[in-house]
Amino acid sequence: MKNNTKTCGGLYTPKVMEAFKDPHNYGKIKNPSGVGKVGNIVCGDVMWLYIKVDKNEKITDIKFETFGCVAAIATSSTITDLVKGKTIKDALKITKDNIVKSLGGLPKVKYHCSILAVDALVEAIYDYSLKNKKDISSDLKKKHDLIQREKEIIEKRYENWAK
Amino acid sequence: MKKIYLDYAATTPVDPRVVKTMLPFMSNPPAGGFGNTMSLHQFGQDAKLALENSRQILADFINAAPQEIIFTSSATESNNTVLKGIAFAKKSGHIIVSSIEHPCIAESAKWLKRQGFEITELTVDKFGMVNPEDVRKAIKENTILVSIIHASNEIGTVQPIAEIGKICREKNVLFHTDAVQSFGKIPIDVKKMNIDLLTASSHKIYGPKGAGLLYIRKGVRVEPLLHGGGQENGMRSSTVNLPAIAGFTKAVEICKKEMKRENAKLLKMRNKLIKEILKIKGSRLNGHRKERLSNNVNIAFDFIEGESLIMQLDLRGIACSTGSACSSATLEPSHVLLAIGLKPEQAHGSLRISLGRWTKDSDINYFLKILPGIIKKIREISPFKYRND
Repeated sequence: MKNNTKTCGGLYTPKVMEAFKDPHNYGKIKNPSGVGKVGNIVCGDVMWLYIKVDKNEKITDIKFETFGCVAAIATSSTITDLVKGKTIKDALKITKDNIVKSLGGLPKVKYHCSILAVDALVEAIYDYSLKNKKDISSDLKKKHDLIQREKEIIEKRYENWAK
Repeated sequence: MKKIYLDYAATTPVDPRVVKTMLPFMSNPPAGGFGNTMSLHQFGQDAKLALENSRQILADFINAAPQEIIFTSSATESNNTVLKGIAFAKKSGHIIVSSIEHPCIAESAKWLKRQGFEITELTVDKFGMVNPEDVRKAIKENTILVSIIHASNEIGTVQPIAEIGKICREKNVLFHTDAVQSFGKIPIDVKKMNIDLLTASSHKIYGPKGAGLLYIRKGVRVEPLLHGGGQENGMRSSTVNLPAIAGFTKAVEICKKEMKRENAKLLKMRNKLIKEILKIKGSRLNGHRKERLSNNVNIAFDFIEGESLIMQLDLRGIACSTGSACSSATLEPSHVLLAIGLKPEQAHGSLRISLGRWTKDSDINYFLKILPGIIKKIREISPFKYRND
C-alpha cells in the first residue's frame, strides 16, 4: 500500500500533528486586555484565549489554554500564530477556513474545533472592547450574541448529562 | 522508536503458530485444503473433515456438542444473529440487555425496539456489575431473551454469568452471553453456567480476523440471517472461511494450553499498572477491582481529554485506547463509562490499557515512565488545573 503523504495516520495532517506536538503560545497572560472563554467541558472542548492590545489597537500578545482533542489544541495554536501582530480590525477577518487551510486540512468531524478558535477570538475582542469602552460594531455584537445563544443551546442539550 | 502495543482488547496480532496452521488451507494439495466444504470430491471432503474437526475442538472447549457450534464471520454477526434471529423466531416479545453491552448488541436491541419489540436495559452499579436479582425482577411473561456481556470490552468487569444463567433457566427464558473478551481467558462451561447462546471471536485471541463463533444450545430456535446454500446446518449460508476457522481453532488450542500461565503473568502486570498509575493525581480506576479481566486497565484522569492522551502516547510509540467523545465518529463519550456513573467530562479523560501475549515487563516500565509527563503536559495546556499546581 502506498503511503499517503498528506495525512498522518490517516486522520490528521502533519501540520496538525506538529501544532499538537509543539503548540505555540500556550499559557496565561497576566493582566490581559481581553479574555474569550468558549466551549463546554461536557462536550469535551474548552478554549480560553487571552489577548494583550496596545494603544494602536494592535494585538501584541496572545495566549491560549485549551482542554480538548488534537484538533482543538492545533487550532488553538494556529489562531494565536495568525492573530499575533495584527490589528483588531484585521484579526476579526480571520475565518475558520483560514485556520483549516493553515493546518493543511482537518477531518470533517473536527471542523467545529476551528469554529471554536474563531469564536474564542471574537469573545476576547468583545471582552476587550467592553472593558475599554470601545465602540462595538454591530457585526461584532451580532457574532457575540450568536456565540452566547449557541452556548445556551449546548448547555441545555447536555443538562441531563451535566448533573 | 520503541513500538509498544497495549490495545489487545481492540485486536491481537495473529500467533505465528496460528499462521502456520492456516496457510495449507489456502493452497493446493497435498499440503492444501482450499476446497469448498460443500463439494463432493476429495478437495471438498478434505475441507469438510477439517471443518468438523474444528467444530469438535471448539465445542469441547466450552463443553458443548459439535452440532451446537456455528461458525460466523465475526462476533458482530453472531450477536446480530442471536438478537434478530430469536426475535424473528418468536415474532414478538421482550428482550433484556445490560447498559454496558458492545454496540453490536446495543444497536441491534435499539433496532428491534423500532420494529416493535420491548427492550429493557438493565443498569449496572458503579463497578459495572449487573445485579442478578435485577435480571430476575426484569423477566416478564413475554420475555424471550436475556443477553448480558460476559466481560466488558471497555472496563473489563466480569459479570456473574453463572448466577444470571441459573435465574434465566429457572424462569425458562433464553440466556445469551457475549463472551468476546472472556473467551480464551476465563474457562467457560456452557452447561455449568446455564448458557443457551454464546458469542466468541477469533481475532481477540491471536487468531485471524473474519471468524466468529456462535453456540446455540440444542433445541433453541434461531432464524438465520443469511439464506442460501444451507451451510452451517442451515444457520449461516456462505462458503465456509476455512483458513480463518482453522486459525481460530489453533488459537483456541493454544489458549487451552497456555491460558492459566498467561493469565497469571498478565495479572501481575495489570496490578502493577493500576497501582502505579493511581499515584498520578486526579486518576481513578474504572471497573471492578477483583472481578476484572486479567489484561484490562481502565483509568479516568481529571482535566484530560482522551484523544490528546492517546495521540501523545502514540507519538512516543505506545498504542492504547480511550472512551473519549472526540475519538468517536459520533462525538459522544462511551456509553459504558456513562453507565457506571462517570460524568461526560470524566469519560472524556479515560484511558484503556489492554495487555496480551507479547506484553513484556519492560513495556510496562516504559509506559509508566512516559505517562506522568504526558499527563502533566496536557494539563499544562488546559485551563482547568489543580489549585496547588
